[in-house]
Amino acid sequence: MPSTPTPTPTPTRNTAPCPPGPAGHPRDRGAGVEPTRRALALGALSVPGLLALAGCASDGGGSDPTAIRIVDYYNTPADDVAINGTFEKCAADLGLTFSRERVPGDQLVAKVLQMGSSRTMPDLLMLDNPNVQQVADSGALAPLGQYGISAEGLTPAVADLGMYQGELYGIAPTVNTIALFYDVTALEEAGVEPPTTWDELREAAAALTTEDRYGLAFSAIASYEGTFQLMPFMWSNGGEETDLDGEGVLGASGLWADLIREGSVSRSVVNWGQGDAMDQFKAGNAAMVVNGPWNIAGLEADTPDLEWDVTTIPVPALGEDSVAPLGGEVWTVPATGNEERQANAAALLKAFVAPENQLYMAGERSTIPGDVEAAEQFASENPDLSTFVEQVSTARSRTAQLGPDWPRTAKAIYTANQRVLVDDTDPAEAFDEAARTVS
Amino acid sequence: MTAIQTRRRSRNRSDLLVRYAFVLPAALYMIAFFGYPILKNVVMSFQAYDFATFFNGHAPFVGVDNYAATFSDPIFLRALSNTGLFTVGSIIGQFVLGMGLALYFRKRFPLSGFLRSLLLLPWLLPMIVSAAVWRWILEQDNGALNQFLSGIGLISDPIPWLNSSDTALIAVIIVNIWLGIPFNVVLLYSGLQSIPDELYEAGQLDGATGWKSFLHITLPMLRPVVSVVLLLGVIYTIKVLDLIIGLTGGGPANATQTLATRSYEMSFVEFDFGQGAALSNVLIVIALAFSIVYLRANARAAKNG
Repeated sequence: MPSTPTPTPTPTRNTAPCPPGPAGHPRDRGAGVEPTRRALALGALSVPGLLALAGCASDGGGSDPTAIRIVDYYNTPADDVAINGTFEKCAADLGLTFSRERVPGDQLVAKVLQMGSSRTMPDLLMLDNPNVQQVADSGALAPLGQYGISAEGLTPAVADLGMYQGELYGIAPTVNTIALFYDVTALEEAGVEPPTTWDELREAAAALTTEDRYGLAFSAIASYEGTFQLMPFMWSNGGEETDLDGEGVLGASGLWADLIREGSVSRSVVNWGQGDAMDQFKAGNAAMVVNGPWNIAGLEADTPDLEWDVTTIPVPALGEDSVAPLGGEVWTVPATGNEERQANAAALLKAFVAPENQLYMAGERSTIPGDVEAAEQFASENPDLSTFVEQVSTARSRTAQLGPDWPRTAKAIYTANQRVLVDDTDPAEAFDEAARTVS
Repeated sequence: MTAIQTRRRSRNRSDLLVRYAFVLPAALYMIAFFGYPILKNVVMSFQAYDFATFFNGHAPFVGVDNYAATFSDPIFLRALSNTGLFTVGSIIGQFVLGMGLALYFRKRFPLSGFLRSLLLLPWLLPMIVSAAVWRWILEQDNGALNQFLSGIGLISDPIPWLNSSDTALIAVIIVNIWLGIPFNVVLLYSGLQSIPDELYEAGQLDGATGWKSFLHITLPMLRPVVSVVLLLGVIYTIKVLDLIIGLTGGGPANATQTLATRSYEMSFVEFDFGQGAALSNVLIVIALAFSIVYLRANARAAKNG
């Protein structure tokens, strides 16, 4: 058990100028001791005003430039403790204090928009990597170069996560990606080796499929997760998000459709998120599953007796690179206008993403350090995660090519892919339409 | 004019002021929390309102571009027809089953009160929990519903409830019917309570029993309640978002995409808030049409009542 620094939320100060609500009426002097109807009416009148005042109680950023406000979505205990502990250490070294606000993951973007329009952006903001370019594009983030933060030493694709138009706006201390988990015993019983090519994957999945078990599970849900999981198949096959009706993309979708048609994969994948797919693996309903390291802790806790291992995502033909998408969160410094605070926040960020902190957080959170050397050291210390380290070294950023246009394209991809999987639509037809909707 | 009269007039005026003062908070509340958002939504639908707008406030007016884009969106017609099918299907199912249960519970039998309170269960569960549970129930391979249906020999192959664009909408409607039954039962049951027993006794003397008494006594007496139930049902159903997002996310392949989910997706997935607002205004107009019918029916009932 690591030392558990308890979160220390600094009391937020309300210094935002708050316009007086309509409650500013002077109290009626004519009223006697007994409340008259008129006084009652005035009391009733003041209610909306008080409500308006209460609505103003948001933090507009205190005046103390050493009190750093942080917003992120690390709610699970393992994440929270690792992140908070690292910030505590770094802030103490720099003579800063901080207060963290943890937002539910699916509400972060809405929260960012709200903070943006009310000019209450925090001093340090965590973003899920596909959103970084969009926020940077809106001018809400400060370029990090001016604070002496560079992408030096980072795996190039990890650096891409925080780049927009040649400038560095964010740093991902640790990243993740997806690979192929498999049930070692099931593979041994079926007499198959962990698959490395698409042909082997199809054969292995078919051989592992029994009366009450599918050979393979993945997520093809109607959300970014469905697109995320198709990316390694698409990219390894030479597909590009800028060429949706190209052969590479069609081939990847076609492979998934074949796996479903052959009965090796349940059609239910169109409603499974990545967590659901992992649950199927845990329950023994699937012998292999495409998934990420963030679910390893749950896998070990729920099925301690299951003997599992991980291999890189199979590629179309032997010798090709397995190219997976990078996942993970990027830390940014919003342009709040207060130079001193921005500089302090950047200093805190710089310390936070130092390689030794990357190693600590990666270990605690089952993620992979973004720094090349730290990742190598991590792989040797954590052999069970070495496959992910390998997969990260060849991985790509989803937004490197499309930047702010990525969300629209991601939706076009999962929608077209679902048409192929549920309705047996020809991939060429489905992705031809997808290409038209994003053009 | 005498002094008394003047005093009375000023007294009347202050009475009037007091009355307005009591109305004012509610009026302010309505303006702030209903009027403003709707107005903002209308304005937004004529603007190029995107992600960056939230940070730089830059949202140029683009005329009817957002509406043109909305109506030419290939998914729009599908979403519109899905919304219609979802609403009609849900309302019919909820009403017929709700009416049946309300009539059933009118008969007094042991534990009827307890069973009736059990019926409210769908209301007590958070929507996100219901959606998660129903996703398990409707699961193709191991789902309880398919296990049950094949167990009693009704089907030989499992039905791909949420996994096929042919059945996904039906599955979502089934869940929404389950969700809407308590609302229908509660209102219809209380409506039934207010029908005097004498009417049935008199009808019995004239030979009106069973179906006949239902058609000629229950239904006509229940008409005001029925119209309220149906109209409110339409208004509630047409805008259902969380249930569909929880069950299918509008998928597979847009099979369960409705105006509400598409508008949500436009705004919060594609970040085109202008077009999302345009689409939700279409939805508001449709709901408003039904609301007006409802308010008129209500006013008529109040006058007659």
